[in-house]
Amino acid sequence: MTQRMPLADSLHVLKSLREDADVVVATMGAAREWMKLGMHRLDFIYAPSAMGEAPLVGLGIALAQPWRRVFVCNGDGCLLMNLGCLVSITAAAPVNYTLLLFDNAVYEVTGGQATAADARVRRGGAVDYCNIARGCGFETVHDFSQLEVWQTHARRVLCERGPRFIRLAVEPVPGGEVPRSPGPPPARARDFAAALALPQPPTSPHSG
Amino acid sequence: MFTGDEISAELCDLGVTHLVWLPDSALGAWEAALASCPSFDLVRICREGEAWAVAAGLFLGGARPLVLIQCTGLFDSGDSLRNAVHDFGLPLFAIIGYRNYLNPAAVDSAKTYTEPTLAAWQIPWRLIDSRDKLHLLRSHYSACCQAGEPGAVLIAEGRM
Repeated sequence: MTQRMPLADSLHVLKSLREDADVVVATMGAAREWMKLGMHRLDFIYAPSAMGEAPLVGLGIALAQPWRRVFVCNGDGCLLMNLGCLVSITAAAPVNYTLLLFDNAVYEVTGGQATAADARVRRGGAVDYCNIARGCGFETVHDFSQLEVWQTHARRVLCERGPRFIRLAVEPVPGGEVPRSPGPPPARARDFAAALALPQPPTSPHSG
Repeated sequence: MFTGDEISAELCDLGVTHLVWLPDSALGAWEAALASCPSFDLVRICREGEAWAVAAGLFLGGARPLVLIQCTGLFDSGDSLRNAVHDFGLPLFAIIGYRNYLNPAAVDSAKTYTEPTLAAWQIPWRLIDSRDKLHLLRSHYSACCQAGEPGAVLIAEGRM
């Protein structure tokens, strides 16, 4: 049985380490739970979404504003929609970029069906996302399935050289629904762009 | 129809900061010129849907991105385009290679569906099917930027 941590608790660790100039892009279940922790002007809730594209939206932000740390909270079903994004990210190689994979092994918002990567529906065990990330060129790759270990090491790993790939094994949220846009999407996009345009004190993308 | 240097010069003048691209056999000939142009960064992606999402992030971050893909990639990338342009209202602009437009013997259906696809996605476009129409890139891009609307130019591919 794979050990997994509660999704909300895993996000709370990121929340506790998030600095004021950091951008967080979140989609699907992670977005739904992230909003419950309280919103920040540099949160971009990617809902409605084009499933699989959140890491690329984050990549664009990271390239446009290399002085900011950009964290993308993505799901495993989303990543499976577009594994090629890992190659695009490492080709551009922004050091300020972190992709957090919240892996619950199911399509949570559609009712909890297994993904094709889940060990229950395939021979040879679950797909190893961290090995895929390494093969795609991520130099900084971490895998956490215990909340206490993630809590202990998060600050350090988020200071390592980017782009970073961090897999967090999380429990599915029973009845977890599709995240609702917290406002009209075009207005949110304008507000987010305006917040990104505000002058910020320069910070190192390596700083924790 | 155009050299990479000619396109690079246009994009430089237009103030493009990032060119998000996936080449086809015609656009691919521009690679050296595009990659070496100091005015913008070339962002290489793996599938065309990524292009709209990367461009969306760049635009939100204050950059001036431009997408460069083939029409077949336009077909493939519809959901990503829809989300960026119509859900979030981002005025993204693309140069799209129009496969086989100049090749009357072509038997594939790319020509049939390119313009109807742009029409379906409500992307205003201009067709560049001869060298003397390159100015349409500049005029349409400028008009779209000024209006805050998305847009595209189709560059005809095939034999001339």
